Amino acid sequence: MTPAIEIREVHKRFGSLHALRGVDLTVEQGEFFALLGPNGAGKTTLINILAGLSRATQGCSRVMGYDVVADYRDARRALGVVPQELVYDAFFTVREMLRFQSGYFGQRKNDVWIDELLHNLGLTDKADIYTRLLSGGMKRRVLVAQALVHKPPVIVLDEPTAGVDVELRQNLWEFIRRLNRDGHTIVLTTHYLEEAETLCSRIAMLKEGQVIALDTTHNLLSAHAAVQVRLKLNPNRLPDVLRPLLAAEKAGCFNLVLNDYSGLEVVLATLREASVVVDVLEVSKPDLEEVFLRIMGQAGKEAAR
Amino acid sequence: MTGLWTLFYKELLRFWKVGLQTILSPLVTTLLYLLIFSHVLESHVQVYPGVGYTAFLVPGLVMMSMLQNAFANSSSSLIQSKMSGNVVFLLLPPLAYWEFFAAYVAAAIVRGLVVGVGVGLAGLWFTPVTLAHPLWMMAFALAGCAMLGAMGIITALWASGYDQMAAVQNFIIMPLTFLSGVFYSIHSLPPFWQALSHYNPFFYLIDGFRYGFFGVSDVSPELGLLIVGTCFLALSLATLALLKSGYKLRN
Ligand SMILES: Nc1ncnc2c1ncn2[C@@H]1O[C@H](COP(=O)(O)OP(=O)(O)OP(=O)(O)O)[C@@H](O)[C@H]1O
Ligand SMILES: [Mg+2]
Repeated sequence: MTPAIEIREVHKRFGSLHALRGVDLTVEQGEFFALLGPNGAGKTTLINILAGLSRATQGCSRVMGYDVVADYRDARRALGVVPQELVYDAFFTVREMLRFQSGYFGQRKNDVWIDELLHNLGLTDKADIYTRLLSGGMKRRVLVAQALVHKPPVIVLDEPTAGVDVELRQNLWEFIRRLNRDGHTIVLTTHYLEEAETLCSRIAMLKEGQVIALDTTHNLLSAHAAVQVRLKLNPNRLPDVLRPLLAAEKAGCFNLVLNDYSGLEVVLATLREASVVVDVLEVSKPDLEEVFLRIMGQAGKEAAR
Repeated sequence: MTGLWTLFYKELLRFWKVGLQTILSPLVTTLLYLLIFSHVLESHVQVYPGVGYTAFLVPGLVMMSMLQNAFANSSSSLIQSKMSGNVVFLLLPPLAYWEFFAAYVAAAIVRGLVVGVGVGLAGLWFTPVTLAHPLWMMAFALAGCAMLGAMGIITALWASGYDQMAAVQNFIIMPLTFLSGVFYSIHSLPPFWQALSHYNPFFYLIDGFRYGFFGVSDVSPELGLLIVGTCFLALSLATLALLKSGYKLRN
């Protein structure tokens, strides 16, 4: 099957800034994919190249098999993009904007779908309001609606939930999930990593224009599945043998990081031998946020070497 | 073609919604020119035999307002989209660059004609105006609006901000229109300026447009239309090339 998105050796330079340094990425049809990375990593730049808003200095990209430069019309028809910037056209109402957007994609008489979009995004009562008068979160919803108005098979959302309230965020994801179940490919960027963790089956992490991690969410989590243990001890002193495991010391508690659960037995045995009493013991699996920070940190060390 | 029509319609709706500023205000400004100049000069100047100064002035002002408004329409719409970032709504869809061009130019023509007709009708109230060759008149009106519509696109593509836009408007478009013979025939100019005027494409627009009214002109309308048509063609090709390359739109 044709991949939904194919990015091959893409470089992007802005003058002396090398914003993308040879990105290779394939997203299969039907995937729910996250593109993560710190500010300035190049996520938006990559999306812009995919959407034809920007041209790669080198390399090529395809959407549903269509080259974004050579077959730009087909590529753009296949793609719906929610831009990161909150943009709107002050002259028009929500419904007018959606009708125009529909028309630009060659679809007249799209009102049934437009109404459905408005309903799903909680915009029905705002349909005839000028977009400039909407609140920030509402404007973002309109951007989402605009990206979906031509029912694209591939949907890219660049931080769609920034500034959106909790209720809509859930509604929005429910809606996007439904689109994914119906066969749409979804790619999103977000700085709320728990969103990516619960929604996405595969994740790419970008740092300084390079993909430094690319795997299924499950593998990423388990590969970095250090077990975290929080201990409150009596007397409040950690035996020296355990010092190497110490990650942090906070509020009279010791936070240890273990490779797996079997390490826990060793820790407890050591404490018993040293006659230290355990007052509090908390064990937790790391979440994506910690995995993310670890991977970013490692990449930093490697780069420094 | 749905894309082109939608963009054209959007552009019309845009200026229509702010008609006070885009139609009424240029109309009033132009009528003030008419009122003042015709009052001061009517009894002193006769450019063509048998044609009163006010009657001479009306077509000039009509053309001037058409040119300025056609330019203003495409340039201000595009620069606003660029500055506010909502130009992405036009860059994400599969609109061809020539559709983009055609829609903006067509909307500029409509705006130019609407204002032009308004000024013309108001002019009738000051003086009767004859129409010797309506087809020539239309041809030059269309050519003028289309030309300035294309110039508006180029300017808005090039400009990085409103100040650069205003600079082009004030230092290029305004002088070229004012010095093209709106208020006088170039025959009343010293020879140097008369010769220089022949390098101003706007001169041919106004001269040819007047021919449509009075059947008299400085240059033959065929030659005028040829020159103006060539200018429009060159500007169109330039605009299309810029749009195709993504100049300052798709960095
Ligand atoms: N048009 C541009 N001109 C010059 N530099 C740019 C341009 N667009 C982006 N950059 C630079 O490219 C780098 C990557 O930016 P990009 O917007 O892709 O980051 P991002 O991963 O989307 O970050 P964020 O999470 O903050 O949205 C940054 O250093 C940015 O300053
Ligand atoms: Mg970004």
